[in-house]
Amino acid sequence: MAELPSIQSEKRKSARSARWENFARGLYRFRSNTLSMVGLTMLIFILLVAIFAPIIAPYPEDAAGKTRVMARLQPPSEDFVFGTDKIGRDIFSRVVMGTGLALQVGTIIILLATTIGVTVGAIAGYAGGWIDDILMRITDIFLTVPALVLAIAISAALGKGIVNTMIGISLVWWPGFARLTRSLVLSLREEPFVEAAFGIGAGHMRIIFRHILPNAVSPIIIKMTTDFGFAVLTAAALGFIGLGAQPPTPEWGAMINDGRRFFPDEWWIATFPGLAIWLMVFSWNLIGDGLRDVLDPRARR
Amino acid sequence: MNLRFYLLRRIALIIPTLIGLSILTFSIARLVPGDPVGLAAGPQATEEIKEALRREFGFDQPLPIQYVTYMTGLFRGDWGESLYTRRDVLGDLRTFWPATLELTTVAVIIATLLGVPAGVISAMYRNRMPDHVARVLSLFFVSFPAFWLAMIFQTWFGRDLGMFPINKRLPVLVAPPATTTGLFLIDSLIQLDFETFLVSLKHIFIPSLVLSFSAFASITRITRASMVEALEKDFVRMERAIGIPYRVIIFKYVLRNAFIATITVISLNFGWLMAGAILIETIFDWPGLGLYAVHASLSLDFQPIMGIAILYGIVFSIVNILTDIVYGILDPRIRYG
Repeated sequence: MAELPSIQSEKRKSARSARWENFARGLYRFRSNTLSMVGLTMLIFILLVAIFAPIIAPYPEDAAGKTRVMARLQPPSEDFVFGTDKIGRDIFSRVVMGTGLALQVGTIIILLATTIGVTVGAIAGYAGGWIDDILMRITDIFLTVPALVLAIAISAALGKGIVNTMIGISLVWWPGFARLTRSLVLSLREEPFVEAAFGIGAGHMRIIFRHILPNAVSPIIIKMTTDFGFAVLTAAALGFIGLGAQPPTPEWGAMINDGRRFFPDEWWIATFPGLAIWLMVFSWNLIGDGLRDVLDPRARR
Repeated sequence: MNLRFYLLRRIALIIPTLIGLSILTFSIARLVPGDPVGLAAGPQATEEIKEALRREFGFDQPLPIQYVTYMTGLFRGDWGESLYTRRDVLGDLRTFWPATLELTTVAVIIATLLGVPAGVISAMYRNRMPDHVARVLSLFFVSFPAFWLAMIFQTWFGRDLGMFPINKRLPVLVAPPATTTGLFLIDSLIQLDFETFLVSLKHIFIPSLVLSFSAFASITRITRASMVEALEKDFVRMERAIGIPYRVIIFKYVLRNAFIATITVISLNFGWLMAGAILIETIFDWPGLGLYAVHASLSLDFQPIMGIAILYGIVFSIVNILTDIVYGILDPRIRYG
């Protein structure tokens, strides 16, 4: 009996090193993928801009809606690199100050949607039977209407504002995660190691959280990364419609809406926030694409 | 089980989903913390006027009764009326829907015409230069905010180059073709009015091109993945061994095998683009559901929003069924059961 613990610790160590080896191999593949490295570099750049925004922005107070009547609708110049808007605010400062907001919006939407979706999907897939039927019918209802339409309806009902937009988008974003998680859980449930865990008397919670979900992490992470960019895009779309962030919040979608009236003569007002959105979404898409290669070897052959 | 029985069952299954959808939209519409009636009645309205409005629209009834009233109306063709314009929602949907359908359909066609060849080329030149280029380009374009790109394209192609009209479905002076389907492209062809056809084609091109970009990446990716999978099948090796030209193998055998998965993604994209059209329409003044939806949602006018959600639900379900039929045409092995 004395050597039993040592065998266990030996096993645990080997399991850990196997996981580490997988991780290291994945990291190597991710690093050797030029595109995803470009995406990662872009994202790090965006993160740095968000962190140091008050230092980078020449007029950080413009984010709060300081007006500069003398400098209305100025084209890009040395003083105002991206020009100024209808009340003389520096577009560059507002784009920079909006970076953190866009990152926050994406993070919150994706985290909320993942939490709801993974919970629903895991319960449905694990429990099966009528619980599965009911949960999946509810999921299907959300999937019969394009997400944007429902997001508009929910955000409109909750009232204009960036927080309500995030809630609205999260509430329509989870079904994709639920479907994905359910399909993963369904196949993992049949694996011998789950049966073994059940055989030695592990509880349902333990089986779901310790044995099934850790093995379902990769596809979920891939979906989280690729969806991040699109979540930012959707939030910007609602801001553009006028449902999202309200003035003077420096939200990129709302800024484009602001500049619409002045386009194309004062093209800079709408153009630069649009490019900022593009950069953010593009970087996440590149990373997501690279992660797909790394974590799901079947996807790229 | 034959095809007809299968279709009937599929159509019957739409009903519970739509009832669920109506409950969902109804709860969204009635949980509004704002005051839609107050907003519609205007700032000067007295409490009595608001009360009268509430009574007229049945907002003073208990929620379950309101829901039952709404649902019975839905089946009778009475989809309620807008708080603002006082117009019949179903009538409005009939007016605006064809424009959105036309825009979305053309966009899906463009996305397929661009995406499938890109995916095929990617698969043929797997992990070589053309593959990488197609991959970067599709990610590049899908990352643009469509409403922003719409503004840029409108200016470039419409204003600066003057190659395409700036907005609307037709010039002011051109009368729309006699309505059969409400799709100008088809109606004008029915009338053999090729001039109107060309003009409306010119009008629809830029909006639908912009809209198609958001579908391009997913169509390319799925075509590439399923082509790669099909290319590794034994029958391909056999065909190469007996000397069938590579091009013939690709286009005659592999593509057909790979197309099943692509069809699924194309039909999913149809739904997404229908929603994306909302944004594009606001830029191009396209008189479709988009402008209607945006106005309604900004003024908390929920009758139209519920109508749009239910209409989209019906259309999406029909597209799904059509997709299944196309599966059967492409792959005779599929049995409906």
